[in-house]
Amino acid sequence: MKHLIDILDLSVEEIDGLIETANAVAAHPEQYADACRGKVLATLFFEPSTRTRLSFESAMIHLGGEVLGFSEASSSSAAKGESVSDTVRTVSCYADIIAMRHPKEGAPMVAAMKSGVPIINAGDGGHNHPTQTLTDLLTIQREKGRLGNLTIGMCGDLKFGRTVHSLIHAMSRYEGVRFVCISPQELMLPEYLRHDLQRSGVNFVETQDLEAVMPELDILYMTRVQRERFFNEADYIRLKDSYILNLAKLKNAKADLSILHPLPRVNEISTEVDDDPRACYFRQVLCGRYIRMALILKMLGVQKA
Amino acid sequence: MIIGPITDGIVLDHITAGKAMEIYQILGLDKLDCTVAIIKNADSVKMGKKDILKIGELIDIDLDVLGYIDPGITVNIIKNGVKAKRLHLELPERVTNVIHCRNPRCITSIEQELPHTFKLVDRATGTYRCIYCETKAKHK
Repeated sequence: MKHLIDILDLSVEEIDGLIETANAVAAHPEQYADACRGKVLATLFFEPSTRTRLSFESAMIHLGGEVLGFSEASSSSAAKGESVSDTVRTVSCYADIIAMRHPKEGAPMVAAMKSGVPIINAGDGGHNHPTQTLTDLLTIQREKGRLGNLTIGMCGDLKFGRTVHSLIHAMSRYEGVRFVCISPQELMLPEYLRHDLQRSGVNFVETQDLEAVMPELDILYMTRVQRERFFNEADYIRLKDSYILNLAKLKNAKADLSILHPLPRVNEISTEVDDDPRACYFRQVLCGRYIRMALILKMLGVQKA
Repeated sequence: MIIGPITDGIVLDHITAGKAMEIYQILGLDKLDCTVAIIKNADSVKMGKKDILKIGELIDIDLDVLGYIDPGITVNIIKNGVKAKRLHLELPERVTNVIHCRNPRCITSIEQELPHTFKLVDRATGTYRCIYCETKAKHK
């Protein structure tokens, strides 16, 4: 049985296949409306995330399937001290596929070791978030028409931002991709990721100056500085407003720049940017549903109805 | 100093000088009833100084653990007074409950029964990573 724990669990060919299916779903949703009739998706969210959970649930509903689950640990038996393994073994008896979010890194891998049904990692702490990455890849492909030969600016929290880590790993496999990593000193890429990039010969630079690198970028991937990743509130307060994107900062950007954000946004993108055609982040949300539909279809081994 | 030969047992040779007691503890040799000799700081042509452990019984040894602690060790299996097998160790691909993950965000920090498993990701630098959270541990 195949699980999705890390974006690198998928080959480039498998990702291309998912993108193709997602584009087919987007073009002809009616052809997939009953593809998962009789199937059940469990969403086990040990950490609140309305957006990702609703995206999974919406994806399953649009495929004609059913959903069940919980949206925070306090409403699950984890609050009574049940282990991840036991929870997953139990839920495997109720559902055909499980999407799981957990605040601790590696929890979905533990689940995959014990589960009787496919596990999708819907985010494990600051570690991996492969379906957000698939969402980002589909968005880039639909906006740019390609996944190679792009200069991608990653801006904000590059230390704890799991979406950033997963996207860098995924995009590193395409030809001609260059990363420009823009962050305050305290939130630079973690050492292991920098090491991975160096070892695989990926072209990347690190800077603290967003405006200076703006003209180079084909993609600008903005992230939120997440309060929940800090043990120290003072550090969060000090760093949260490091980069705020507004129209003035976009003055020297390319006309066909694509601005992405995994959302939710706090204030790192000014609302005045929302109506700029370069702002892709709400179209990105829709891509999230399409790619999750494609993923559920693939992992359940079902075709369009 | 004279330590006699053993008839059936194991000789751990080429232990890095000073590590014999750590290995003695980790292999649980203190629990054995047979003769165990700990030789510290023996002269070695290859190493200058080395430690040696002689165990007067054929016991099961976790070679992965041993290989992780001191990959240069030579394991000699002695049967009927002669060397029946000689094993050269290397860093194992995986070690379980030898390195403990210290990342407070790792699932192992809250689920006590989970084994702490690390995989070797770079043999040249002896770098291991937690299989759950990918936190790095470097072989000393």
